[in-house]
Amino acid sequence: MTQANSANPAHLEYVLRLADNVLILGQRISEWCGHAPVIEEDLALSNMALDLIGQARLLLTHAGRLEGRGRDEDQLAFLRVERDYRNLTLVEVPNQDFGRTVVRNMLFGAFQVVLWERLTASADSELAAIAAKSLKEARYHFSHAAEWVVRLGDGTALSHDKVQAALDELWPYTNEFFASDETDAAAAAAGIGPASNTLEADWENAVLPVLAQATLVAPARTPFKTFGKFGRHSEHMGHLLATMQYMQRTYPGAQW
Amino acid sequence: MLTETEAWQALDAVPDPEIPVVSVTELGIIREVRCNDGAVTVVVTPTYSGCPATEVIGLAVRDALLAAGAREVAMETQLHPAWTSDWIGEAAREKLRAYGIVPPEGRAAPAAVQPIRFMRRTLACPRCGSTDTERLTEFGSTACKATWRCRACLEPFEYFKPI
Repeated sequence: MTQANSANPAHLEYVLRLADNVLILGQRISEWCGHAPVIEEDLALSNMALDLIGQARLLLTHAGRLEGRGRDEDQLAFLRVERDYRNLTLVEVPNQDFGRTVVRNMLFGAFQVVLWERLTASADSELAAIAAKSLKEARYHFSHAAEWVVRLGDGTALSHDKVQAALDELWPYTNEFFASDETDAAAAAAGIGPASNTLEADWENAVLPVLAQATLVAPARTPFKTFGKFGRHSEHMGHLLATMQYMQRTYPGAQW
Repeated sequence: MLTETEAWQALDAVPDPEIPVVSVTELGIIREVRCNDGAVTVVVTPTYSGCPATEVIGLAVRDALLAAGAREVAMETQLHPAWTSDWIGEAAREKLRAYGIVPPEGRAAPAAVQPIRFMRRTLACPRCGSTDTERLTEFGSTACKATWRCRACLEPFEYFKPI
């Protein structure tokens, strides 16, 4: 893992998890640019990708300062190896169809809204400021995804079946949202941010009404485990990084 | 030597690159100006984290202050408190409307999580005034604007979202 020089290594690790979630989902969503089913959604998804990458820039810059080794946002975004990324597995799985994209955005968007709300009270004032800024954007992202989940879930038989299948497939990945470890516990003890296992009730309060209105059924919880935020990723991550890192690795320090 | 008043006046003439009908000061994104012996420090707050206009705004601010007589210009970014569309002044709101962009309605930032359709509202068309309008998409040509359409005059228009 990344060696931390800051007083509290859990602090850096905690911020990297936040940063990598929005960086990697921003990368995934940007794949829709030029490919969305209608131009309005092409613009919406591209705009959300921009917001997420903007949040990632703020968080990675902050992480670079905490690390104290002189790495900037670009070095952290583009020059780490797969095992040094700390994003949730859910955000790295491929987009596939539009229904699956909006289901993922809804599940993750609700998590972000809940998490940013709590982080506005962080003892890390820079993180609290980033949270207050990002919370406003996350509410729009969640709202957008939730409206589509309702429209498709409560739409035709075909659209309903597709988003229910997407939900069944993606739901188990949300187990990882609430998985806690010593980093989480240390960050919570230092007042940096909430431990992940304290967020589930608020998340369900945001997600379940959307599913009900969409006439979708929340799958039962299973023991399915993923470990992206601990640095062990799915087979999709390497492919995503190959695309994302290509330019910086081929032309180090390139600017235009 | 450039005074703070003169610096603010220079910034009043810097248009937002994506909505040139309002200035960066009217938009409320200039938080502070400090002048010290001709060296000017401008504190800017971003509207959205990923707003692609941020860097262009920085260049325009620098150019305007150098043209007004600043010896050097430094830019600082301040995130807290987060920018809100509530900081757009009354006069600027009318300029937006005349330009075809409905200004943000109501107060921004609901306090609690509101799962769905919390942005639903009726807007009057900035061209014909009809309230027979509908939202086409929450995310328009920029993150800060939604795209709407008027069913009376059949024209599309933009809505500056409250945030």
